[in-house]
Amino acid sequence: MKVIFKIWRQENAASKGNFESYEVDGLTKDMSFLEALDHLNELLVSINKRVIAYEYDCREGICGQCGVFINGRAHGPHDHMTTCQLHMRSFEDGDTIVVEPWRASAFPIIKDLVVDRSALDNIIEKGGYISAKTGTAPEANAILVGKELADKAMDAAACIGCGACVATCKNSSASLFTAAKINHLNSLPQGKQEASKRVLEMTRQMELEGFGSCTFTGACEVECPEGISILNIAEMNARRTKAKWLG
Amino acid sequence: MLDSKIPEGSLENKWRNYQIKAQLINPANKKKLNIIVVGSGLAGAGAAATLAELGYDVKCFCYQDSARRAHSVAAQGGINAAKNYQHDGDSVWRMFHDTLKGGDFRSREANVYRLAELSAPLIDHYVQQGVPFAREYGGVLVNRSFGGVQVQRTFYARGQTGQQLLLAAYSQLYKMKRAKKVEMFPRHELLDLVVIEGRAKGIIVRDLITGKLKRFAADAVVLATGGYSRVFRLSTLAIGCNGSAIWKAHKRGAYFAAPSFTQIHPTALPQTSEAQSKLTLMSESLRNDGRIWVPKKKGDDRKANTIPEGERDYYLERRYPSFGNLAPRDIASRAAKERIDAGYGVGRLKNAVYLDFKHAIERFGMETIKDRYGNLFKMYKKITGVDAYNEPMQISPAAHFSMGGLWVDYELMTTIPGLYAIGECNFSDHGANRLGANSLLQASIDGYFVLPNTINNYLAHALKEDHPTTEHPEFERVENEVKEHINKLLSVQGNKTVDHFHRELGKVMWQECAMSRNAEGLEKAIAQIKGIINAFWNEVNVTGGHKEMNTELEKALRLADFLEMGLLMCTDALEREESCGAHFREEFQTSEGEALRNDDTYSYVSAWEYNGGSFNLHKEDLTFENVQPTVRSYK
Repeated sequence: MKVIFKIWRQENAASKGNFESYEVDGLTKDMSFLEALDHLNELLVSINKRVIAYEYDCREGICGQCGVFINGRAHGPHDHMTTCQLHMRSFEDGDTIVVEPWRASAFPIIKDLVVDRSALDNIIEKGGYISAKTGTAPEANAILVGKELADKAMDAAACIGCGACVATCKNSSASLFTAAKINHLNSLPQGKQEASKRVLEMTRQMELEGFGSCTFTGACEVECPEGISILNIAEMNARRTKAKWLG
Repeated sequence: MLDSKIPEGSLENKWRNYQIKAQLINPANKKKLNIIVVGSGLAGAGAAATLAELGYDVKCFCYQDSARRAHSVAAQGGINAAKNYQHDGDSVWRMFHDTLKGGDFRSREANVYRLAELSAPLIDHYVQQGVPFAREYGGVLVNRSFGGVQVQRTFYARGQTGQQLLLAAYSQLYKMKRAKKVEMFPRHELLDLVVIEGRAKGIIVRDLITGKLKRFAADAVVLATGGYSRVFRLSTLAIGCNGSAIWKAHKRGAYFAAPSFTQIHPTALPQTSEAQSKLTLMSESLRNDGRIWVPKKKGDDRKANTIPEGERDYYLERRYPSFGNLAPRDIASRAAKERIDAGYGVGRLKNAVYLDFKHAIERFGMETIKDRYGNLFKMYKKITGVDAYNEPMQISPAAHFSMGGLWVDYELMTTIPGLYAIGECNFSDHGANRLGANSLLQASIDGYFVLPNTINNYLAHALKEDHPTTEHPEFERVENEVKEHINKLLSVQGNKTVDHFHRELGKVMWQECAMSRNAEGLEKAIAQIKGIINAFWNEVNVTGGHKEMNTELEKALRLADFLEMGLLMCTDALEREESCGAHFREEFQTSEGEALRNDDTYSYVSAWEYNGGSFNLHKEDLTFENVQPTVRSYK
């Protein structure tokens, strides 16, 4: 299998980037998309060129480190999938595949396809936790949590923090990411004590980081590898309004 | 002489006695002490957050872009705890016994007992931190079974338990960052350890964005850097997982214990090509309901669903009737290898076995199976394109966990005073084979509960000493050595890629030092690895420079350490002339092909000291006062 990769190259944050084309032969349909890039990098080394920087770690769709725009879509042509789960069988022999980094002002480019997503950590820092010191917990079954509630919290908690929701949003909004964490914690009895403070401080930080507003286009939930529903954003907004007015 | 510092008293009282006698440091003094934590998985994040809560100043390093990506995130099935919520006869004692037996009696009684003892409060802790564990309709927690155990003590959050626990630990870490008690250094990788007058006093790291080398000094250094099974290249681990931190520590004087004890997981996705970079794990929890089989006829090419019941060999149920599909991992992996090697493997490359849910779906209904394993089936479909609700999964053994690691005493301190190793990077609780759902447990217990209680004992002395600074000439010397090492790599400018050498190493290790080993093969492997090391340093090509983000250089630095580690693993496997747990020496087996342990000669933990290019063996004898080691039978 042969494809043409058109890849964004940029030396560092300060420099200007550009697309470069690479014709790559010797691929197979079984290969993952990242393995095809690995193969390209080995070819580059063999002609003494600098390798392309791109991110990955677990390569099984859970760590959230990988993520690039592929032919104009976050994580490639399929819904609800990470870049590392994409395989070359999704492409045809001879295809041109355009690969770009996440584009969002809150995610500055570090090099080639690698961006800085620490803005997401900063949002978590402002309340994406329950203030419980080690050693202070009551017996686990002392506070009951019904199955429906536990399942709902888990649906939101499943977020892998890849940033595809931000990258695909025309406003570069981090609302889905932020809402997922707020709803996970605020819906559980353990998270209730800090619920108002959490929603106000985390949404405030989201704005400070330079993410845009949500205009409910629904693009994010399509690309989210965990299929986190946009209804989470509506719920977050309701929680925020309630916290603002009722405390 | 290795002193494991096991406390006095009966097994049940050892940890309590330890805590009563351990030194304390008052809160005003704690803030004068600095601790470096390398790694941000369950062990690292748990330790860093808890030490910060106690008042210490903590710096936490990880190579990923965020602490939330550490490889604990990928553990799927669950975490064990002796809560006995299911009223099925579980207890701390039974969990201790299962774990000790599961490890084939090659771990310390006192450590294993402490692990079981602290498991119940750990579940309380995680629930309080907001982990959405699976619940019954009435609101109580649910349990399921895991391999090597006959009770239900595994807690889980769908097939994403590791992710949920890690996110809880990460959130606590960031809580303490906000409190300005933890400083975070993502995208920083440890390249060496600084030891001053015999004590660990700091580290040299590389900033992975700028390439700059940086020095950090501290009163104690904690390594929480995970497992080293990427030495096999193809493994279930994240691509960035590496053994460099513990290997550097080893070369600076820390003993390396039981390096050859590495676990091959029975249920991963099979390799499909040479270019493959990763073997995806399918959770052991699937063996609760899935049945493993191969065709009874060699080379049977029929589609799985068309092979009648009578022509299927459910070999685990046949060989191990009392544990069946839930036989422990080492045993299940070897049994799969035996069938595959004998010519009964399935799939395009005949390197897999079936994991079938047909009976479970008939019995419990599609909805129940979806509820239990939905995300795993989804993942399977994404990767293979196959719907496992309609046809069996194809699975195969893959390198997974490393029981071996830096030797630590009961306090989790290595043989270098002031250097601690916690979580998978130490050798402490799992012996020669780890039971499923005990990995998240050990990492968490080490980080949250044990280390924060033991490190004071050392730091109480550090208070009275001068605090180290990076101006000390030893920092200069070690940093220069690191620079030289990097320059040497960049200056080879050969004609082969780093991955080429990693593939070569992986092949040798998988062939000779994985599921079954023998003296001849191990000797051959040692010679082959020496050849690969030589070729690597003469023919590797690392393009780009060191003062920039250079992923190729990162890979080369990690591989240079894996190559040396491979030598030690084979040396250790060669020295241990018995079969135990995951270490199966072909020369030492029963007539039925089961592991033949030799307690008279090998009831010890091997602890290797680095000695230039060779390794010196030290032995920590294992004594069993509470459980008589028996032949480990799951039949």
